[in-house]
Amino acid sequence: MTSGPQPPTSTIEVPLLAVRGLTKRYGGRVGCLDVGFDLWPGEVLGVVGESGSGKTSVLQCLAGLLQATAGTAAFAQRDGAVVDILRLPEAARRRLARTDWAMVQQNPRDGLRMGVTAGANVGEPIMAVGARHYGRIRREALGWLRQVEIPEERVDDLPSTFSGGMQQRLQIARALVTRPRLVFMDEPTGGLDVSVQARLLDLLRRLVTDLGLSAVIVTHDLAVARLLAHRLLVMQGGEVIESGLTDRVLDDPQHPYTQLLVSSVLHP
Amino acid sequence: MNSAAAPAIRIRELAKAFTLHNQGGVTLPVLRRLSLRVDGGECVVLTDPSGSGKSTLLRAVYGNYKPQAGEILVRHGDRMVDVVSAEPRQILDVRRRSMGYVSQFLRVIPRVPALWVVAEPLRALGVAKSEALERARALLARLRIPERLWDLSPVTFSGGEQQRVNVARGFIAGHPILLLDEPTASLDAASRSIVVQLIREARENGAALLGSFHDTDVRELVSTRMVSLAEADQEAA
Repeated sequence: MTSGPQPPTSTIEVPLLAVRGLTKRYGGRVGCLDVGFDLWPGEVLGVVGESGSGKTSVLQCLAGLLQATAGTAAFAQRDGAVVDILRLPEAARRRLARTDWAMVQQNPRDGLRMGVTAGANVGEPIMAVGARHYGRIRREALGWLRQVEIPEERVDDLPSTFSGGMQQRLQIARALVTRPRLVFMDEPTGGLDVSVQARLLDLLRRLVTDLGLSAVIVTHDLAVARLLAHRLLVMQGGEVIESGLTDRVLDDPQHPYTQLLVSSVLHP
Repeated sequence: MNSAAAPAIRIRELAKAFTLHNQGGVTLPVLRRLSLRVDGGECVVLTDPSGSGKSTLLRAVYGNYKPQAGEILVRHGDRMVDVVSAEPRQILDVRRRSMGYVSQFLRVIPRVPALWVVAEPLRALGVAKSEALERARALLARLRIPERLWDLSPVTFSGGEQQRVNVARGFIAGHPILLLDEPTASLDAASRSIVVQLIREARENGAALLGSFHDTDVRELVSTRMVSLAEADQEAA
């Protein structure tokens, strides 16, 4: 209970992201219904639930990968202006996506460019925001590869020659190199071997703390949620059925479904 | 007890029950209408037998369990925060700056060395890395954790070693409020007496401590006051 993520240190009293009434319908079927939360600077929010609970719909609407049916998501920009990211014109959304947000996909192949080298994967995002000096870009890329524990001699290799865990670490470097203020992560440890997961979790936990990242992390793995998230939303059938401090939700679940989820986890 | 002093913990009419929705909806009442106050410089020891709600109370004060009614005010800087109704991020801030918790179980994170586990609460307070590690080394040495283990994850440590790492983590930041849930349960006599010293030092430095210890010797050595939940709970039988 005492070894979860370190609390956010920010004292800014404005939420970075305020979501209200977020709804996504696929024809007659509900993806997510009336989801609302505030995300504060430096805070990591975990969204947990089983397949089909709507957690990925929430994330994809916020990240601009899906068009929300209804709701608002007020994002506080660096300049203090607040914009609704669910209703942003495409050009403005792309600009923010380059400078202020990052997305880490479950499958690293969806977040990486598989046809270019590891170094280019990390260098491209900083070039896209204006960096031009080759030496500086390469230095920055190497620094990030080191941070995510990828050996320097692999910088000119293609990601397709990397293991799954290494690809995922490369994707994280690519996502964080522009110093985003908000990171969306979709099952970041899904599909990895357990020993590889532990290394990635340790890395994510360290980066989140050191960089003071704000993040929304979708996961079905309650142990991952406990380690990374300050606060949890539990989803079932498209709706948030319980929310609160991570260790409170996991150690004293109130809703029948949360109790079932927590009691169904095997402890080796 | 100095009745003029501002309380560090003030619990009023606290009720906590567990409803097991997946086991026929059984409701287990644990605390019914509990009131308790702990001041700075006090170590209040809960004396009830196991199964009577001591851990439940300590976890509720830490914000880990959600009570149904009542309030738990804890001193946080120059104000009191009600843990029962506070927002998650307020509770995290209270835990970071004001309130520590030591249990007999360490939740271990693979790959994180013992030294870092212990230094982390200081890092979260903004203490420089070198100083945080220095103080963590000193405390691990004091708790007789062999130096060759400091850079290893406690995953492979013995129960007693893990518990001492947990004690070090709980005491390192010098929080003004400390909750102690059987912190000496699986310790040998020598380690136990070091923990007793740590508790007495915290008390002398003005911290408010609330805890349970099954060992009657330890109770005698650390407590300024013994309290029975059954008596503090106005509706308990």
